[in-house]
Amino acid sequence: MTTDTFDRSRDLSQPLDRLGPDETMKDGSDFLRGSIAQGLLDRITGAMPSENDVKLMKFHGIYQQDDRDLRDERRHQKLEPAYQFMIRVRLPGGVCAPAQWLKLDELARAHGGETLRITTRQTFQFHWVLKDSLRPIIQGLHDTLLDTVAACGDDSRGVMCTVDPQSSQFHAEVAAMAKHVSDHVIPKTRAYHEIWYGDERVASSEPEEPFYGRTYLPRKFKIGFALPPSNDIDVYAQDLGFIAIGGPEGLEGFNVVIGGGMGRTDQAPATYPRLASLIGFIPVEKVVACADSVMAVQRDYGDRKDRQRARFKYTIDDKGLDWIKTEIEQRMGAFFEAARPFSFTSNGDSYGWNSTPDGCHHRTVFIRSGRLDRKLLDTLRDIARVHRGTFRLTPNQNVIIAGVQEEERPTIDALLAEHGHDADTVAPFRRNAIACVALPTCGLAMAESERYLPTLLEKIERILDRHGLADEPITLRMSGCPNGCSRPYIAEIGLTGRAPGKYNLYLGGGFHGERLNRMVRENIGEAAILEVLDQALGRFAVEREAGEHFGDFTIRAGIVREVTEGRLFNE
Amino acid sequence: MTHHTPPGPTLTPDQWRLVHELGSALSASQKHWLSGYFAGLGDRSSHSTAPGPLPSPPVRTITVLYGSETGNASELARALATSARATGLVCEVVDMADYKTRRLAGEEDLLLIVSTYGEGDPPQPATGFFEYIEGRKAPKLDGKRFAVLALGDSTYEFYCEAGKRLDRRFEELGAERLVPRVDCDIDYEEAAESWTQAIIEQLGTEAAPTMIAAAAAHSTASPTVIHDKRYPFPAPVIENIAIVGRGSSKETRHIEFSLEGSGLVYEPGDALGITATNDPAIVATLIDALSLHADTEFEHKGKALRLDEALTHRFEITAATPRFLDYWAMLSEADTLRQLQQDDRSGDRSVFLHTHHIVDIVRRFPVEAVTPQGFVSALRPLQPRLYSLASSLAAAPDEAHVTVAPVRYDLHGDPRSGVASGLLADRADRDTVLPVYVQNNPHFRLPVNDETPIIMIGAGTGVAPYRAFLQEREVRGAGGWNWLFFGERNFRTDFLYQAEWQTWLKDGTLRRMDVAFSRDSNEKIYVQHRMKEQSRDIFAWLEEGAHIYVCGDAANLAPDVHNTLIDIVAAEARTGREAATDYVRSLQSDHRYQRDVY
Repeated sequence: MTTDTFDRSRDLSQPLDRLGPDETMKDGSDFLRGSIAQGLLDRITGAMPSENDVKLMKFHGIYQQDDRDLRDERRHQKLEPAYQFMIRVRLPGGVCAPAQWLKLDELARAHGGETLRITTRQTFQFHWVLKDSLRPIIQGLHDTLLDTVAACGDDSRGVMCTVDPQSSQFHAEVAAMAKHVSDHVIPKTRAYHEIWYGDERVASSEPEEPFYGRTYLPRKFKIGFALPPSNDIDVYAQDLGFIAIGGPEGLEGFNVVIGGGMGRTDQAPATYPRLASLIGFIPVEKVVACADSVMAVQRDYGDRKDRQRARFKYTIDDKGLDWIKTEIEQRMGAFFEAARPFSFTSNGDSYGWNSTPDGCHHRTVFIRSGRLDRKLLDTLRDIARVHRGTFRLTPNQNVIIAGVQEEERPTIDALLAEHGHDADTVAPFRRNAIACVALPTCGLAMAESERYLPTLLEKIERILDRHGLADEPITLRMSGCPNGCSRPYIAEIGLTGRAPGKYNLYLGGGFHGERLNRMVRENIGEAAILEVLDQALGRFAVEREAGEHFGDFTIRAGIVREVTEGRLFNE
Repeated sequence: MTHHTPPGPTLTPDQWRLVHELGSALSASQKHWLSGYFAGLGDRSSHSTAPGPLPSPPVRTITVLYGSETGNASELARALATSARATGLVCEVVDMADYKTRRLAGEEDLLLIVSTYGEGDPPQPATGFFEYIEGRKAPKLDGKRFAVLALGDSTYEFYCEAGKRLDRRFEELGAERLVPRVDCDIDYEEAAESWTQAIIEQLGTEAAPTMIAAAAAHSTASPTVIHDKRYPFPAPVIENIAIVGRGSSKETRHIEFSLEGSGLVYEPGDALGITATNDPAIVATLIDALSLHADTEFEHKGKALRLDEALTHRFEITAATPRFLDYWAMLSEADTLRQLQQDDRSGDRSVFLHTHHIVDIVRRFPVEAVTPQGFVSALRPLQPRLYSLASSLAAAPDEAHVTVAPVRYDLHGDPRSGVASGLLADRADRDTVLPVYVQNNPHFRLPVNDETPIIMIGAGTGVAPYRAFLQEREVRGAGGWNWLFFGERNFRTDFLYQAEWQTWLKDGTLRRMDVAFSRDSNEKIYVQHRMKEQSRDIFAWLEEGAHIYVCGDAANLAPDVHNTLIDIVAAEARTGREAATDYVRSLQSDHRYQRDVY
């Protein structure tokens, strides 16, 4: 089959005027420069005066936002909205050295409203950053060898990697690979260095973006490495997932999954969450070539007319998985081998102290919704000052104090105790709950998420208690909008915001991220949410089979129809 | 509209055509002003063409010269002229700012009314006149007569000094003093009235009695209700909101009054006078501290007053004055106070008065048996407060907007507020009615020519009149470019009217805007620093004929901006500082550099 038989009216082959406006914007941006440097100097507004620059800034890891709690108030005060920025750090695999931690801490205290947020993609976000503080933060990060390149934008975002060192003896090797791939797939334009570090522009005959070209990707692209049996990174939610396969000789290669993605739009049935499809196995040395080839296929064939349909998952479903696979193989110059057997048991974190055969100890600290407030910053700063291993950010938004030697354990324990973290008193249900940021900073949020989650959890816990399910691990994920930053569509209980106080409720997701859930009620308030959950959990308590997870039960019991494929999510 | 038949009996068709042409070119407020001009000032030439016999005894010409900052002196000058004309005298009223000094040689009787600012300085618009008259080029004034009415505030060290300076200088130059100088405190009305009467009597006896009769017949203008300082209009508050964001170190407010039905008109640049009243809580505290009773009635200047009402509406009861110090020293016989009365203790006295309100003195030096009469006799009358109008009638008909930053501080452990700003911030919710009037500010006006570019420099609430300027220019479709420099403390919270400037920048009404926020970084950035950065363009605008305005703080902003302007001219014109100073001075005398500072 050749590409000529395909409809190419929506991809890179077309002139810009036949594609979406963002393609023209990217093409005219001079490789992500736009007029960002000038916009930073505009003193009349705390925002970026050019809307194009607001979009381009995402490629630099920066989102323009405003404090939505203050919008009305400031309008009455004849003031512009309280503009501020979110800066997302690029932290492949979520690994962070103590020195880096201390720098992040210092920058957050000075410029980021004394808070940091650990994201569901294992990195840090600074919030409440004012325009004048953008350069100080990015230069501060540079001092400690961190950057924010492509932490957002139509490019390959931060690369994830299973975090728990005890999950595999190949952990270090795979983590290094995640970093290597991340460095390889980020944009190569010098715009970032010029705008944020003040580097001079140097004339060169080399192409600025040998891979991406002038218009980058149709939309964001997410890569993740999973190490069975842990699926903490939700590998099926990645555009490109690598599942590490080991043998007696060590790490042998990866099963490759493609086309995962959470985002959808309400009332747009052509949009849907999709779990990644397994297409085969590659040896270790093919990882970079594979990543290049997969991204190139999406670059060349992805939909550039309609951003809602521009993710790789739709390209796959539109062109057909087999054709896509063949196209990847041609570009990679190798065939996929048959997928190797593997199994996942959980996508959660293991709390408390764990040890690895190398004699190291690792302490997972629960962080509610990944929010490091002043108190937690203090705690972890004290630890960073004495810790000699690394910090690892988990996809469940927790922190692992990793690589602690036996003799240092008491020091860490003492510091945790001193700050009130001596015991893991967090109920299992809470540990498996994730919320995105939403209000007041996220511009997309339609309803509360991070701020509301604790209230809702408390009420659901009462129901669990009543049904004797207090110790049952159940995944619950809440997003303030349908875009799904908290990966709500693979939770056993999913909630996405529709309007203040109103959510869609989804049930039936797989416990370790292996199955999409399905919407059971649309646009309902708290009372209705609790009522549906009370009934379902009540039946679960009585009718469940031994070891059966809640998500599996809701399908077996017919409470919700199983979603076997993303395309069928809206049926 | 037809104008074939002139409605007025005394106008020829040609005259009527001129009036009609003029009328169609004028805004409503300009017409209003002109009607006052013709009615109030008259025109000497009209006397010669007016019907009826006119006796023509030899009458000396009278020129009333005033130097005014807030308009009190100009108001008194006009009142004096009106009385003089009623007596049949011929007189002209001229602002010192507009006075051509070469006219001095032809003057006969000069009546001078001037107020005092700062360290005995004249009002800013009168600076040029003072420089001339006190300088080497001043002419001999033999054969001329003069009289001085000096306005001031007895709480300042150099009380009425500007008037005293003129009084001395005119005598030195050989002029004859018509009546002794009168110095007026801020309750100037009575003293000014007696000075006016003394002059009218003196000059009137010199005029022919027939003329008085003729003039008396002439002055029968029909009285209409005109709201002014004496008869303020009760204006409802229609909006009163804080316009600084959360966490601001200020609490600046935007307040809108309805002027509907008042007949009040104003021009951008004018001020709104607000007749404030004292905080009832402070009145009660003071009465308590005096061991008096709120409902005590007493007589003051022939009127029966109730103590609480008198202290609420009639007298300044917060800041203490030297007069009050004298009074309380006498009553209390306290050594501390008596020592402060000594001449060589003026520094300590001023510190004491700055750090003690009346109630603090009353508490610290208790006196038994204070009488209400005695107490109020030591107080100053409560004065209205002026706020630059932040709106244009063209954009907001029947409304008056002001921008108010409440004055707040702690003294002796108690929070204190400014009389009017505290009232506006704390006790002027929507629908509250407050007495207001319009205070003209002819020295702060948009250029007559709409094509003339303007540069506006303001800090804090000093930006208020520029909102009025831009509203006016937007409605008029004025083509002249507008450039605003604004300074405050913090960008995030204190960018007053930010959203409005942004809209005007977007639609081109505002051509450029530069801002300075002094507390956003370690180095303090003020408007003059931004001006320096734009040195070349500022000079280019001035060379293009731009008018430049400064509004805000008189102590720091005004001199800093002034010096910066001279620096800019010196740098860009590559000239010496003296020549640059001349350049800036000529901008002032051409009315192209106007200031409204306080």
